[in-house]
Amino acid sequence: MAISEPIVLPHATDEVRLARTWAQPRGFWGWFMNVHHTAIGVRFMVTSFIFFLLGGVLAAMIRLQLSRPENHAIGPDLYNQIFTIHGSTMIFLFAVPMMFQGFGVYVVPLICGTRNIAFPRLNAFSYYIYVVGGLLLWVGLFLKTGADAGWFAYTPLSGPQFTPGKRSDFWAQMITFTEVSALGVAICLATTILRQRAPGMTLNRMPIILWEKLVLSFMVIFAMPAVMVVSSMLLMDRTINTQFFNPANGGDVLLYQHLFWFFGHPEVYIIFLPGAAIVSTLVPVFARRHIFGHLAIVTSVVATGFLGFGVWVHHMFATGIPQMSASFFTAATLMIVLPTAVQFYCWIATIWNGRLQMKLPMLWVFGFFFVFLIGGLSGVMLASVPVDWQVHDTFFVVAHFHYVLIGGALFPMFAGLYYWVPKITGRMMNDLLGKVHFWLFFIGFNMTFFTMHFLGLRGMPRRVYTYPPEMHWGGLNMLASVGALFMAAGLIVFIVNFFQSKARGTLAGPNPWAAGSLEWATSSPPPDYNFTELFTVNGREPLWDNAPNQPIVSGVRDDIPEVLITNSLDSEPQHKDEMPGASIWPFLTSITVSIAFIWSIFSPWGIAYGAIPVVITLIGWLWPRGHSPAPRQPALEGRWSK
Amino acid sequence: MIYSRLLLATSLAAVATLAACNREERELRPSPSASQVVNQAQVSGLNPGANPLPTPPTPSIYEESAYAVSEGKTLFGQYNCSGCHANGGGGIGPPLMDNNWIYGSQPQNIFTTIVEGRPNGMPSFRNRIPEYQVWELVAYVRSLSGLLPKDVAPSRNDQLYVKPPEASMPKQTPTGITGEPSK
Amino acid sequence: MIAASSPMRAAAVLASFFQGEHNSLHPAGPFSSNIEWLYWVIFWIVFVAFVLTILAFARASAKTYSRAEEMLPIMKDEEGDRKAKWAVGTAITVTVLTLFAVLFMSVITGKKVEGMTSSNPVTIQITGHQWWWEVIYPNPQADQTVITANEIHIPVGKPVVILTSSADVIHSFWAPSVHGKRDLIPGYSSAFWIQVDQPGTYPGRCAEFCGLQHAHMGFSIIAEDEATFEAWEQQQLKPAPDPTDAEAQHGREVFLTHTCVMCHTIRGTDAGSRVGPDLTHLASRNMIAAETLPNTTGALAGWIVDPQRIKPGNKMTPNPLAPDDLNALVTYLRTLQ
Repeated sequence: MAISEPIVLPHATDEVRLARTWAQPRGFWGWFMNVHHTAIGVRFMVTSFIFFLLGGVLAAMIRLQLSRPENHAIGPDLYNQIFTIHGSTMIFLFAVPMMFQGFGVYVVPLICGTRNIAFPRLNAFSYYIYVVGGLLLWVGLFLKTGADAGWFAYTPLSGPQFTPGKRSDFWAQMITFTEVSALGVAICLATTILRQRAPGMTLNRMPIILWEKLVLSFMVIFAMPAVMVVSSMLLMDRTINTQFFNPANGGDVLLYQHLFWFFGHPEVYIIFLPGAAIVSTLVPVFARRHIFGHLAIVTSVVATGFLGFGVWVHHMFATGIPQMSASFFTAATLMIVLPTAVQFYCWIATIWNGRLQMKLPMLWVFGFFFVFLIGGLSGVMLASVPVDWQVHDTFFVVAHFHYVLIGGALFPMFAGLYYWVPKITGRMMNDLLGKVHFWLFFIGFNMTFFTMHFLGLRGMPRRVYTYPPEMHWGGLNMLASVGALFMAAGLIVFIVNFFQSKARGTLAGPNPWAAGSLEWATSSPPPDYNFTELFTVNGREPLWDNAPNQPIVSGVRDDIPEVLITNSLDSEPQHKDEMPGASIWPFLTSITVSIAFIWSIFSPWGIAYGAIPVVITLIGWLWPRGHSPAPRQPALEGRWSK
Repeated sequence: MIYSRLLLATSLAAVATLAACNREERELRPSPSASQVVNQAQVSGLNPGANPLPTPPTPSIYEESAYAVSEGKTLFGQYNCSGCHANGGGGIGPPLMDNNWIYGSQPQNIFTTIVEGRPNGMPSFRNRIPEYQVWELVAYVRSLSGLLPKDVAPSRNDQLYVKPPEASMPKQTPTGITGEPSK
Repeated sequence: MIAASSPMRAAAVLASFFQGEHNSLHPAGPFSSNIEWLYWVIFWIVFVAFVLTILAFARASAKTYSRAEEMLPIMKDEEGDRKAKWAVGTAITVTVLTLFAVLFMSVITGKKVEGMTSSNPVTIQITGHQWWWEVIYPNPQADQTVITANEIHIPVGKPVVILTSSADVIHSFWAPSVHGKRDLIPGYSSAFWIQVDQPGTYPGRCAEFCGLQHAHMGFSIIAEDEATFEAWEQQQLKPAPDPTDAEAQHGREVFLTHTCVMCHTIRGTDAGSRVGPDLTHLASRNMIAAETLPNTTGALAGWIVDPQRIKPGNKMTPNPLAPDDLNALVTYLRTLQ
């Protein structure tokens, strides 16, 4: 669809009125009432980054403990809690909330060219419920109730007999909190992408990052329930005496592993795909051309979304799966290499035929290329059943998944932060400090984790709190621990850089990178109403492709928070919808839901009695608001021609 | 604004910390004195007060620790208490999950019963079991009739279902010949 | 440790990275050799893939690198895109073929490893416990059944069947120089083959997180020639001899009247509990506490007195015995050849 006929504005949009209509509430209670996506998105990013730093502190403690053989600095009880909370924090409280929720909630409505995310109150609720889940896990750690059965919490070790007390229950409910949060955001993002794109942003022109968030949202919707089911089954086994995982009564401990990895492997792609999407967004900007193979990359992302659900058994090759079915999962695992390889080739081709400008974000993208490539290729080795028998559950796997997850999420995350922080704060990050951060982190990372490949091949199992000196693992472990210091130093440089940039960085202006997507078409930081004028779109990179006389949307009211709703395929305007405004009810509902969830750890009646306040707050939330005053402006007219 | 938020968070954390208890305490390395095997515990018999009873540790690191009670449950099977008392329902020996306590329900009473044995078949475990394990067994035995808090008492084991787990047992008010010992 | 004072020391440390029998790349039998072969094949494939991809990135970057401070205008290069389509298409085809090759070799090796059988092999039942390994050589006649712990003797050059089960949580049986790992899962029993072609001692460890002392849950596979193996088996079938000297006799008395007897078996005495490892031939083992300590008088005494210092959380109680009793007990245990 091309927009041929410019629209004549009925009257100029009133910025003052827009600002009043969309104003975010201020003050103490205002903070809890705010439902605007930029505020919630930043909160997701800041909170998950704090959890990342906390998880990093635990990682440092792990490296301290393992730096020499038979070290008794940290006993086994505390060590088990530390590595469990480290893994759980990094996956559930950092990687997904940062890469999926944080970036998604902040940038998706901006890239769509709309004024707020769909279901903004659900979005705000998702944030609070995530924070409570994270606090639950961490308060538990400080009360000696830190989960200690690994981030995967295999039964029967995590079950009622072998983990007495409430440690596993805290973990299981943390899962429920964070997954409810991810599901809520998935619904918001999918709806925003499908129904709120700027007119003209047809599926065919949709930027890759939106495609990826769409695929991701559906992956979350299909994968997260599996882990919520399995953690709830664990909780029920522990508190109300069910027998799901009790072999003596016909239960099955492997059932747990199947359900967990049915979530767990898509989860890896839920963490990696946002990283790949950031790379696909940044490469064309810094190669100064459209991305090569847009269709191929989109197809790869969609294919990954499907294939990601067919590979979970490769986490279980050592359980004694029959040869035939193991071969099937080897094939599926090798198959999923292909979409990622296609994306790599397209990125190379884009750079090959572009003009590479090595700005700071691009440096991190190159870090991603190197690190993730190693992780992906060691994944090919792990896909082979016999090789997996040797390296499964050793430090080789620890090295592999840190290369994949830090490579696939953390490097793109820093790329994305250096790229979008100017949009979020309005100020550039310091280039020199950014480079120091990169090299410290890059060298430290490879020092720590490349070493672990050797440790794994030399037979060091995962999750050991110490190791005997006769195994000669001391030297490599010491090297790995020294690398961790470099990474920590790099992170400190980043934090210094962020705060100095926030205080006195050079002003960024609306589009410091001369990028093509719509978030750069508004001021930095964006106003509460995101865009003064709502754009129409003429290509995959709107700011690069738009005609000089590109029309803008008229007829969307500015005296009530109204957004334009377009159809899913062709993004043609269909109607207008009034967005819910600021409200305290999402916060209150998150409190009542939290009470019910936490109460259920101690008594099953928590769900029954806890439901009563939940229903009350939901009634408050959903209480009819009444109709807005009759439209003052003429209704939207279908003047978009094909 | 930011400070008031911080204040709120800190006070919430403080409340949570105050609410902390010994439930998750895991004493992996018992003290040397608790590691000694017990070679004497006065039989209180029918005249409590005449003989000093063994003093349970205060606060009871065993009765408040889910780990210790769970260890007690494991020992109950491994030391073959279940051979006579079954899973608390009784058999050759009396049931332990009812409210009837022939020799008293207090930790000291049960401690004495285990160490000294009782007439009509309860053997003496004198010199056989270190003190800390006796206290763990005592805590578990008390959990069988619901005398421990529900978040400390064990949940089900990975074995054939024979009775509701200790954490689901209704609390039984102890009765018996000696009843509550005089304080 | 890395910044060694002398080059010699540095070289020694470097060499230590690659030495040892607990190593997937030091195979001692047909199973691990096959896996090692497959490992190196896939390794070289992915290594070449890595180098080619990195070279492509380097070439692309060097070719188009611009130092411009300002962001450059957007360019279009349709001729370049046409060429790139061919290049990317070729790369994808090569990738697909390579992945098929990896799949093929992986399945073939898997079949080879799983397809090994033999008639009338030695059968060993391994049961994982928190945190030690029970080793049983089952025999229809109860008195011909060898029961030991943590040290698995096998005849060299012959396939051996390992039957696995777990008494509590999931463990994983892994001796990297012998075979890949196999999980021991409660409620499941499974069987697999191992074979060792070089006589020697091959250490193994638990590879699935199993709680507090997962780190100290080792075992070893001792491969010896047929005659030595049979002699060992005959010796293991005997009950413990009655101690002759007074101290050992006192030691046995200590064993039978203290906590030891609550958990351990010594065949030929009244001690018959199956909670902990069978100690009938304790002195014939090289290591104690699941390969944590050498089986010496001092280490054994230290272990008995305070096992919770060495393996915090393990199931053995501390035994603060009087020095005389302790010496006698250790003397007795050392007689259990």
